[in-house]
Amino acid sequence: MAKHHIEATVNGDAVEFLCETEETLLDVLRDTLNLTGSKEGCASGDCGACSVMLDGRLVCSCLVLGCEVGGRRIETIEGMATGETLHPLQQRFLEHAALQCGICTPGFLVAGKALLERNPDPTETEIRYWLAGNLCRCTGYDKIVSAVKDAAATLRNDVRG
Amino acid sequence: MRYEAPTTLQGAVALLAGASGEARVLAGGTDLLVQMRADVVDPDLIVDIKKIPETRAVAEERGGWRIGAAVTGAELKEHPRLKQVWPGVVEAANLIGSTQVQGRATLGGNLCNGSPAADSVPALIAGGAVATLAGPQGTRDLPVEDVMLGPRKLALGKGEIVASFWLPPRPPRSSDAYLRFIPRTEMDIAVVGAGVSLTIDGAGTITAARVSLGAVAARVLLVPGAAAAIVGSRLDRPAQDRLEAAARAACRPIDDKRGTVEFRIEVAGVLARRAALIALDRARTS
Repeated sequence: MAKHHIEATVNGDAVEFLCETEETLLDVLRDTLNLTGSKEGCASGDCGACSVMLDGRLVCSCLVLGCEVGGRRIETIEGMATGETLHPLQQRFLEHAALQCGICTPGFLVAGKALLERNPDPTETEIRYWLAGNLCRCTGYDKIVSAVKDAAATLRNDVRG
Repeated sequence: MRYEAPTTLQGAVALLAGASGEARVLAGGTDLLVQMRADVVDPDLIVDIKKIPETRAVAEERGGWRIGAAVTGAELKEHPRLKQVWPGVVEAANLIGSTQVQGRATLGGNLCNGSPAADSVPALIAGGAVATLAGPQGTRDLPVEDVMLGPRKLALGKGEIVASFWLPPRPPRSSDAYLRFIPRTEMDIAVVGAGVSLTIDGAGTITAARVSLGAVAARVLLVPGAAAAIVGSRLDRPAQDRLEAAARAACRPIDDKRGTVEFRIEVAGVLARRAALIALDRARTS
């Protein structure tokens, strides 16, 4: 069967690609569009390393087929910084040393940003539940939670200006 | 592998009914894609039902609520009114997986995956939900408790899909609750699940109830004996004891890595009692 011809928006840019039915959005991002920031940890929706935004909704890109995203808006970790300027959440991850091996980090950043867009002042409990689908085997999570809380405060101050 | 995304129920039914090889319905994909990846299933045809308007709508209908089979858990949670009327159904759907999974997972998929541990199914059954099926012979309604026959076995004919669910009108002072046991706080599969829906009169006496248990038998159970144990009571301690006993008596669980037979039977009684107390409390303030 012929490949699917898909047109979508990725990080604000119009893209088109060909894919087989069984290729996931994660496969397409990494192998076809060369956006390798999204990682494959489990390929079963358990680890969150492939987290992306799909029409403004946080999803695991390993659980979305590439052929499903025609006409849709995708945001990945590659779209998070503005040029050389890191997003405040990325900056806080660095300052808090909220990463070691770094495989889980893009997923945590995408998921954390989605949380702060919905809830600018989350409690520690809210952060931990929201990020329960992102697994990290290095940090023990405390530094990640601290970085998200700190970034939330920064973003709130930015809004107040 | 062929992928189709029809925009009508008739289109989806025609594709599935006409399929020569293995065909699968794609809603949220949080089970299907995992099974494909693990080579548990290798469909020749995937029919994505998310472009069919009936599967994606939440609307009031005949005094109750119609929920499309492909509405996601996140959408149910964000609905402005559904969780006031059916808090147990919404909380059950929201227990499935992570935030990411909530962005995709659906009530229709949770039912049609055919797992006795599906979290949203006991809540739907307790709520008296009816599944509306579309098939080659037209549409028909089936109580949710009759859709699943056993693990991975459904009472759907070839070409038939679950299009939506209908939750009946709520009398005053009605509410529901769902609880599950898992050995952690998030991201796990129910060892036991219990859904309770009830209505009380002005004096606080239970006038109607439905109790459903998950992960304690080959299918999610409706337990009329557990409901009968509390109807006519104010859920005082003797009624709670009767409820626990009736819930346990209905259990036919298996031993597996998540729990033993004895543990599941014990916990089923505890969860049924606690869910009933939460539903009662909500009904008093609803």
